[in-house]
Amino acid sequence: MGDKKICGLHCTKINNISVKVGKQEILKNINIHIHCGELTVLIGQNGAGKTTLLKAILGEIPHKGKVVFLDMKENKKKNIRIGYVPQSINIEKHMPTTVYDMVASFITQKPVCFKKDKKVYTRIEKQLQLFGAESLIEKSIGDLSGGELQRVLLAVATTPIPNLLILDEPVSGIDKNGIEDFFETVNRIKSEYDMSIILVSHNLELVKKYADKVILLDKQIVKEGSVEEVYSSKEFRTRFGEV
Amino acid sequence: MEVIYNFLEMILPFECMSYIFMKNALIAIVLITPIFAMLGTMVVNNKLAFFSDALGHSALTGIAIGMLFGITNINISMILFAIIFAVLLNSVKRRTSYSADTIISVFSSIAMALGLAMLAKTGNFNKYSSYLVGDILSITAQEIGYLVIAVIVVLIVWRYIFNKLNSMSINSALAKSKGINIVLIDNIFVILIALVVMISIRWIGILLINSLIILPAAASRNISKNMRQYHLFSVIFALFSGITGLIISYYNDIPTGPMIVIISGVLYFITFYLKKVIKE
Repeated sequence: MGDKKICGLHCTKINNISVKVGKQEILKNINIHIHCGELTVLIGQNGAGKTTLLKAILGEIPHKGKVVFLDMKENKKKNIRIGYVPQSINIEKHMPTTVYDMVASFITQKPVCFKKDKKVYTRIEKQLQLFGAESLIEKSIGDLSGGELQRVLLAVATTPIPNLLILDEPVSGIDKNGIEDFFETVNRIKSEYDMSIILVSHNLELVKKYADKVILLDKQIVKEGSVEEVYSSKEFRTRFGEV
Repeated sequence: MEVIYNFLEMILPFECMSYIFMKNALIAIVLITPIFAMLGTMVVNNKLAFFSDALGHSALTGIAIGMLFGITNINISMILFAIIFAVLLNSVKRRTSYSADTIISVFSSIAMALGLAMLAKTGNFNKYSSYLVGDILSITAQEIGYLVIAVIVVLIVWRYIFNKLNSMSINSALAKSKGINIVLIDNIFVILIALVVMISIRWIGILLINSLIILPAAASRNISKNMRQYHLFSVIFALFSGITGLIISYYNDIPTGPMIVIISGVLYFITFYLKKVIKE
């Protein structure tokens, strides 16, 4: 799994996505083009439509436009496999579910309620290892810290390796070091696997350090390009000031 | 059947087990309660406790509507109506922004009232009022056959949908991103519950059926650390309360259904206390 190198020959096109709720237009004509091995970061103020865009890409909410995945090596469209890490998920304490139970439920068919599957167990352990979370496998998911849960969610989203990984940066339950770790991990998987990554972030400092491409959203794309291009733009400064 | 009867007399050397109706009741309990316990685990995790309760309440309406259309086999009309009821309720729940408990309550009260009104109007209320509390002692060998079919169906479906249901209970957006058709799975699950509830409602009763789904799973959830324990304890608790409930009810002249539920309730509170010891 881990030996696949980025080829730059796959790309994901987000074509003309618009979202309306009632008569109100929340997102207008969003076009994004992402190559594999690229970290594209969505920034914007609260209510700019960042999470809405993610939900539209995931097909969770009604929208116009579509997501196309192109394989330029074979020059054809393919069904896209999307991995998703939500911002946070509410897990009750005392859930009778271990990390193994959770990951296995998402990635396999064999009911986790009857028997532990050794092969699946090893596979999950390996996947958790990529995110430094292998020691959590027997832990109850209700007892995980914000950062630990994030790593488990990354393991779920990347099994099997998706073409497009969608990440909603955690805002609560994780300390400053935890967020930096998160970016570090994202940066590492980006260079190890053949996939495109879209990340919604509020941390402009870290975006500056890690992003390959930044998209400033405010109901539509108001500015996009490299970190320097976007951060020095008028559109960016009127919204965030100097960073 | 003879072989099973003899076997039961051998392993349970109680005086009450010499009666055929007690043997039948015992077999029925051994079949139904584990299935309820299994379904219950995901009913509880997916927060559908109120939903399955409403489903039980739709039974009388099913019977009444069936009569209106001249369907003689009330099992069929009950099952059909429950399935329609469940799928409709599910889709309304998804489409509105009202909280689920309000919608379920609206559906549940309408179904109950409609059923009672229609049965009373056609003069059939007394005939079916026994459905409210149920009577497991009147089950026949042939009817046990239906239960066996239900058990097999549940086990097969469970094999295919369990992980998906569990994923959905953890986070439905995440489940969807993994390619799980959450609407379909949700519907299959409620149809399965509708089927099992309707097949057994005559024996357990409208008022008690939901406790058999919820209590063993809720008790098990108190003390389980993983999915396998959760399932296993739920089934064990259900079987234990079912069998002891039947025997105690025989000797004390108490209706069987309520006795089973009382024992499940006691188990729930014991595990509730144990939870503090085990998990904290």
